[in-house]
Amino acid sequence: MVPLFYYLILSGILFACGVLGFLIKRNIITIFMSIELMLNGVNLSFVAFAAHWHALSGQVFVFFVMVVAAAEAAVGLAIIIAVYRTRETLNVDQVNLLKL
Amino acid sequence: MTPNPYLWMVPLLPLAGAAINGFFGRRSSKRAITTVALVFCGAAFAMALFLAANFSAASAPYYYDLAHWIRSGNFQVDFSFYLDQLSLVMLLVVTGVGFLIHIYSVGYMWDDDGYYRFMCYLNLFMFFMLTLVLAKNYLVMFIGWEGVGLASYLLIGFWFIKDSAAAAGKKAFIVNRIGDFGFLIALFLMIQHFGSLDFTRVFSAVQPLPVETAGAGLLTAIGLLLMVGAAGKSAQIPLYIWLPDAMEGPTPVSALIHAATMVTAGVYMVARSHVIFMHAPTALMVVAIIGTLTALFAATIGIAQTDIKKVLAYSTVSQLGYMFMACGVGAFSAGVFHLMTHAFFKGLLFLAAGSVIHGVAGEQDMRKMGGLRYYMPWTFLTMTIATFAIAGFPPLAGFFSKDEILWQAYSSPYGSWVYWAIGVTTAFITSFYMFRLWFLTFFGDYRGGAATHDVTHQSADAHAMHDKHGHEGHEHDSPHESPWVMLGPLVVLALLSFVGGWIGIGGRFEHFLAPVFQSGTAAELAHETAGEAAGAGRETLLMMISVGAAVLGLLLAWLLYFRRPQLPARIADGLGGIYRAVSNKYYVDEIYAALFVKPLLDGSTTILWHGVDQGVIDAAVNDSADAARHISDTARHMQSGNLRSYAGWVAAGGALVIAYMVWMGVTQ
Repeated sequence: MVPLFYYLILSGILFACGVLGFLIKRNIITIFMSIELMLNGVNLSFVAFAAHWHALSGQVFVFFVMVVAAAEAAVGLAIIIAVYRTRETLNVDQVNLLKL
Repeated sequence: MTPNPYLWMVPLLPLAGAAINGFFGRRSSKRAITTVALVFCGAAFAMALFLAANFSAASAPYYYDLAHWIRSGNFQVDFSFYLDQLSLVMLLVVTGVGFLIHIYSVGYMWDDDGYYRFMCYLNLFMFFMLTLVLAKNYLVMFIGWEGVGLASYLLIGFWFIKDSAAAAGKKAFIVNRIGDFGFLIALFLMIQHFGSLDFTRVFSAVQPLPVETAGAGLLTAIGLLLMVGAAGKSAQIPLYIWLPDAMEGPTPVSALIHAATMVTAGVYMVARSHVIFMHAPTALMVVAIIGTLTALFAATIGIAQTDIKKVLAYSTVSQLGYMFMACGVGAFSAGVFHLMTHAFFKGLLFLAAGSVIHGVAGEQDMRKMGGLRYYMPWTFLTMTIATFAIAGFPPLAGFFSKDEILWQAYSSPYGSWVYWAIGVTTAFITSFYMFRLWFLTFFGDYRGGAATHDVTHQSADAHAMHDKHGHEGHEHDSPHESPWVMLGPLVVLALLSFVGGWIGIGGRFEHFLAPVFQSGTAAELAHETAGEAAGAGRETLLMMISVGAAVLGLLLAWLLYFRRPQLPARIADGLGGIYRAVSNKYYVDEIYAALFVKPLLDGSTTILWHGVDQGVIDAAVNDSADAARHISDTARHMQSGNLRSYAGWVAAGGALVIAYMVWMGVTQ
């Protein structure tokens, strides 16, 4: 059996990658993917804790997170398309005005 | 006491008139405004006559409780009205003279743009004055007291576009505040010590108290504070300064408020509180001294004034001094008697002066009048009666009342020959300056404008009811008589000034008021009986002297202003500094300005305005705003609009929260 510790390390690495990408990437889609990465990093730790403590609530939470992530992806992608249509760029540094 | 449900209607009728004219007057015709104002004021007068018809010296006072007002524990004040012999005299004077002056105002103010406003204010004044007179307790009286002050302010500043009129209104109001302050403190003392403000209750509480002959006690304090209030309202030293300035108002206002009625409120109040004053001889003496000094002081100022209304204003102050002198020697009924006759002849003097001013195109300087007896015979005739009345010539009204005061000042147990001597001197001066006014205005040649002797044309013009150019500020070719709507009240008042004093013959007036003032001390009652018998011969002698003083004044005025008109200027030059001091009203206004107004103004400017307001209050507000701006100035850099910097802040915030939780977890 793989110890809990390994899962948490992996989860932390995934989350850190997400944060890093979130902070340094300029492309909105990449930033969006980084957010998904963070969510999944957290999901992994939820599942790991659930297996370790034999508690179902962690697994249930994961489903919640996945639902929210799906909804977020739908809304987020729609926004990204809208942004691209108006500004013809996906560089966040150029998206610094609330209206044109 | 008998309840009488008509009492409350007397003051409320003029209020209704004021309300109707105030709300709808702007859009009504002048005829409608006139009707409303006169009908409601006349109705009050009719009601007063109706009440008087059933009222005699033997009648028990009427009262009426209209509504509850303040009820707090044992202390209660109601909207209640009260009518006894004293308030009846006041009621008749106020409504009667008030009604005549309303009629006069129709002619005098007809062409003024603010006609409806004027009529509304006049009715409002009547309401407050009647409330004052008919009050059953000091607090309702105080409503009227403040209300007439308000009406006075509104009417003095009636032509508020003129700076001087606006300033005079403010001066009257502010000086009256000082007096009202004293009045209020007196009321507080009464509440504290007698638990009531009701006249009958307070007086019955005072009655058994010992007379404060040695030293000053509570009653002396109350009396003096009431006198402060009376000095403010009735223009006595040291608060008389507002009354001469109040002449900025239209002349009917000067006649109604600043001669006949409002300014006598102080005398009425002192007479009403006679029980308190009789128990406080010190306060009584102060009243007498203030009255006597004011009478003399104001009369001397009157000599050197050139504005016809200013002369009358100082004369009013002086005559009010007589009334206080009478009250101060315990002769309240003599004071009220003079109050009544004074209302007749001084109201008449002002109205006649208004007629003169009206006739000579708004000119008020007597040096530019003269010879007007040819142009305005009716004004001349009525003014003559009033002048002889105020000077104290028998058998006119002023003679009886003034003589009664002088006799009481001499013979009363509180009196002294000093009061009498100053009183007679004042009578002489009064006679002199009044005849000076009379000669300057009506005799000699007309000294103003381009005079033509086209009297026939003028009299035809005068009969036109609504004189087209009868308005202050217009230029006329020559003086002309006023319309009959103005002369009518003059004639009625002239009759009253002639016969008004006769009701005092044989002590009938005093007898009428006796039920009110009988509650004085036993000393007074003893004096009544003893004095009448013993002093008859001496009274005649003193009477001769005071009439002699009046005749002397007439002769001197005749010599100086009719026979040798160039003489006064020479005398004035000869007197130099004294004359200048008198003609500048002894520089009292300047002294007050230096002593009180300037320190107050400077203190307010440097300490309150620049120090407290700008230094503390404004500074606190401004500095906190500045601080907020500086902090925001720094903080706003966080809101750069750059999405990735926001992301950075979110990450940093998240890291901070995690670090905090980790650290907390560790320390636990």
